[in-house]
Amino acid sequence: MEYIPHTPADIEEMLRAIGVEDVEGLFSDIPEEVRRRYEPLGLGPSSELEVREKIERLAAKNRRLTPFIGLGLYDHYIPAVVNEVTARSEFYTAYTPYQAEISQGTLTWMFEYQTMICELTGMEVANASMYDGGTALAEAVLMARRIVGGSKVLVPKSLNPLHRRILDTYAHGAGIEIVNLPFDREGKLVFEDVPKETIALVIQQPNGFGIIEDLAGLKERLGRAFLIVSVYPIPLGILEPPGSFGADIVVGEGQPLGNPLSFGGPLLGIFATRKEYVRMMPGRVSGRTVDAEGREGYVMTLQTREQHIRRERATSNICTNSALYALRATVYLAAVGPEGLRQVALLCLEKAHRLAEEITKIPGYEPAFEGPFFNEFAVRCPEPRDAFERLYKRGIAVTPPEYVEEMGLPGAFLVAVTEKRTEEEFEKFLDALKG
Amino acid sequence: MRIVTIYRKGKKGRRATSWPNTEQPVESLLPHIPKELRRKELPWLPRVSQGELVRHYTELSRMNYGVDTGLYPLGSCTMKYNPKLHEELARLPGFTELHPLFPEDSVQGVLELLWWLGELLKGIAGMPGVTLQPAAGAHGELTGMLLIKRYFEDKGELEQRKKILLPDSAHGTNPASAAMVGFEVVSVPSNERGTVDLRALEERLGEDVAGIMVTVPNTLGIFERDILHVTEMVHEIGGLCYFDGANLNAFLGRARPGDMGADIFHFNLHKTFSTPHGGGGPGAGPLSVSNRLLPYLPVPQVVRDGSRFTLSYDLPKSIGRIHPFYGNVLVMVKALAYILTLGDVGLREVSAGAVLAANYLRVKLREVYEVPYDGLCKHEFVASTRGLGVRARDVAKRLIDYGFHPPTVYFPLIVEEALMIEPTETETKEMLDAFVEAMWGIAREAKEAAEVLAEAPHTAPVCRLDEVRAAREPVLREERGECDPSYL
Amino acid sequence: MVPQDLLYTESHEWVKVEDGTVRVGVTDYAQKKLGDVVYVELPEVGKKVKMGDVIVTVESVKAAESVYAPISGEVTEVNQELVSAPGTINQDPYGKGWLVVLKVEDRGELDKLLDSTAYRKLIGE
Repeated sequence: MEYIPHTPADIEEMLRAIGVEDVEGLFSDIPEEVRRRYEPLGLGPSSELEVREKIERLAAKNRRLTPFIGLGLYDHYIPAVVNEVTARSEFYTAYTPYQAEISQGTLTWMFEYQTMICELTGMEVANASMYDGGTALAEAVLMARRIVGGSKVLVPKSLNPLHRRILDTYAHGAGIEIVNLPFDREGKLVFEDVPKETIALVIQQPNGFGIIEDLAGLKERLGRAFLIVSVYPIPLGILEPPGSFGADIVVGEGQPLGNPLSFGGPLLGIFATRKEYVRMMPGRVSGRTVDAEGREGYVMTLQTREQHIRRERATSNICTNSALYALRATVYLAAVGPEGLRQVALLCLEKAHRLAEEITKIPGYEPAFEGPFFNEFAVRCPEPRDAFERLYKRGIAVTPPEYVEEMGLPGAFLVAVTEKRTEEEFEKFLDALKG
Repeated sequence: MRIVTIYRKGKKGRRATSWPNTEQPVESLLPHIPKELRRKELPWLPRVSQGELVRHYTELSRMNYGVDTGLYPLGSCTMKYNPKLHEELARLPGFTELHPLFPEDSVQGVLELLWWLGELLKGIAGMPGVTLQPAAGAHGELTGMLLIKRYFEDKGELEQRKKILLPDSAHGTNPASAAMVGFEVVSVPSNERGTVDLRALEERLGEDVAGIMVTVPNTLGIFERDILHVTEMVHEIGGLCYFDGANLNAFLGRARPGDMGADIFHFNLHKTFSTPHGGGGPGAGPLSVSNRLLPYLPVPQVVRDGSRFTLSYDLPKSIGRIHPFYGNVLVMVKALAYILTLGDVGLREVSAGAVLAANYLRVKLREVYEVPYDGLCKHEFVASTRGLGVRARDVAKRLIDYGFHPPTVYFPLIVEEALMIEPTETETKEMLDAFVEAMWGIAREAKEAAEVLAEAPHTAPVCRLDEVRAAREPVLREERGECDPSYL
Repeated sequence: MVPQDLLYTESHEWVKVEDGTVRVGVTDYAQKKLGDVVYVELPEVGKKVKMGDVIVTVESVKAAESVYAPISGEVTEVNQELVSAPGTINQDPYGKGWLVVLKVEDRGELDKLLDSTAYRKLIGE
């Protein structure tokens, strides 16, 4: 076996040192009854070539559609440097940087990442990653409850339905009630009063329909309750960050920052908050300090929040997170720079508006909302399922109508446009709808 | 060596990537966004050339220690060699370019992959149900706790079943996961052999107990010889048994948690199936479950219907979703490749090699270091520096100078000055011998030149860092003002 | 170092009886065990506690230890100085490193505390 280096002579020598007769003797402490019941898988070993063939065959069975699809994950361009630099195995074969002196690489990029996330979101502190945007949102609600107390969380119908389902699962487990908030003709959140026992208002920017929400004045109306904003990081290149509107916690799905779609995983959970709440925040954090000779260096800090020290009183159970994907996001943001990020956002904005305009010229297709949008928009039509199928036949994927309906909008599908979509793809798209 | 973040490199006017122009001028695009919501100031991000960027991250990578650098005997983490084939397969566009909401027809290959891996994991665990959704071990634990909660909710016993029992040697994630869904955590002490004290367990069992979370083998590396009694006792009072699978490497291909009475078992694909660890993630923490928990599994489930694979949401009593989609798919690609490479024979060789290496180190090291719960261990064991009059931390830091990654220190909590050592099956005997030599050498130094230990490491990019300062006055990000003012 | 004029608990708090109130801190033994204190989580003034409740959490880099109310009562003062200088607990545990002042509810509870001789014995001094 190519991964195991022990020769028969090595095994013999080691067994002798241990004082055990044979390899089976190493397992004598497992109840005999249990060992006897073992049933093998009926699977022979395979060579590298054979394994490659088997897995490549599975990869080849998938159809690579043109993604005009979003709902939290978007098909953005990944610059070559991102893949190249993050493929260094000193990064990906390490684990959590428990030993700071030989983990300065990881700890330094974590510090860079935290800075970048703060800059994008307008917040004061960020952790070094959560699993994904959905669980990050659920953890934000749990954190808000630890600080604010209460039992209810206000959630717009227009929240990403996939994040919504995770929030349902976590909230049920934690005994938190979800209060639904409707949307208006523009697709924007309608928010009247704050019930007693409110932990937080959750708002998504842009929301599940792609509509840009007006964040101004929300925090003021909430009083002690938290304002939790779930973001799509790319438009933050041109949108005022939630921190400017008094957000208490900002979370988001970080996949668009240099990470592939990957059939939905691994993903990257963004999590940022205000400095005063840092000791209540879940997840790992890198901090700057000095070594015994006065040189700057980095360590994991504020660890007493975490499960390995505080156990059942920890701020979360999270341990392994999404480090490598946070590194990819760091390299991506360093590679695009402030102007590049703005340019990517502008390209998405321009292309999406152009396509939206063209679609709604076709009889029977109209925008579902009047509100401002970034790169994702809902199209209302008499037979959305039919439109979906016609696009699919041409190799194009849009967000299926059932997800739009789950947010309370029947008779529509959602379209997302990134900087990668081309004129030819637009034509194919429009032809399919006309067709 | 001076460590500098990328924020302190580059200058205004540089960039690492270029992008197409928009067709319209910016002034005619921005009105799509209401004025008060437009960004007033660009985010502060690095401005470096592409060459500067690559050198920076290459330099950072060289300040890291990974499995590819050398022996990484970090107990409980199973830092084995990560096959390079895995990396190539996970980069196939046939996987990376799939949006998870693409129609099922178009993603039959990846659905088959998920189904296949699920079947193999069920076989390895000897249990009838599986979910691949959890993104990490702790996420699997949380899912398991939600399953237990839903099970008792469905039986109408939730009000009464408030407690989760945990051996005192448990990983910190266990109590944290139980607490997240509102269970009360009750600790069960270990006996003198380091395993669950059955009398203490008996005393704590009652109709207020929802279940137990055990790690098999436990965090001392000792197999719970009484595991069948433990699970039987818990089942007798109507409780459920959660098995933390972080230590599966110890009995892979030889024993199945399903045959030990487990109701829930979580896999750590990044540990046992070498997917790799990613500098702290992403991992994956699939769960296998017993018959009684099948109705509550998360949705969707990947189902096979003849030669067709579908995502089924048909589980009315499900706990719901715990991942936005189907879990960490690219990690699963690697795990499947690994299992296919090994086959039944290879699975057994893995556990044989892991247990052989751990016991070899145990008998060699106990000549000099105390091994508090000595005896046949599984994939790892715990030594202590107590008898040497030095701190475990100092021995760990000195190991760095010898070119090794230190073991896990100060865990499990029931051993003072603990060094938790897990060599894995992928290290050569020569490497294990070199590690033993280093550990013996450090023990000699502890007697003759303790200051060398106290000041270690001497060869790393930095020497010991002031963690007290980092925690008292946290500096968690670069501040604009402290970097080059001409930067923006 | 175990001052004679104080009372103690088995969980390493010291208690100084003042006029209708008690001042509470952690012992020198406890601060040494814990190591450099980096953060202190104090209760709000006015909070009512029962004997044995967690009133303060004292953190080092690698541990978070609970400080328990040695008697029942109401928190009348907290040592705000510790917020910016938690290391005071290490430097002067019996003086400037005090944690809270409690208004005594039941003087009888004081009888349950250890005197300095008993505490010295407990820690093996």
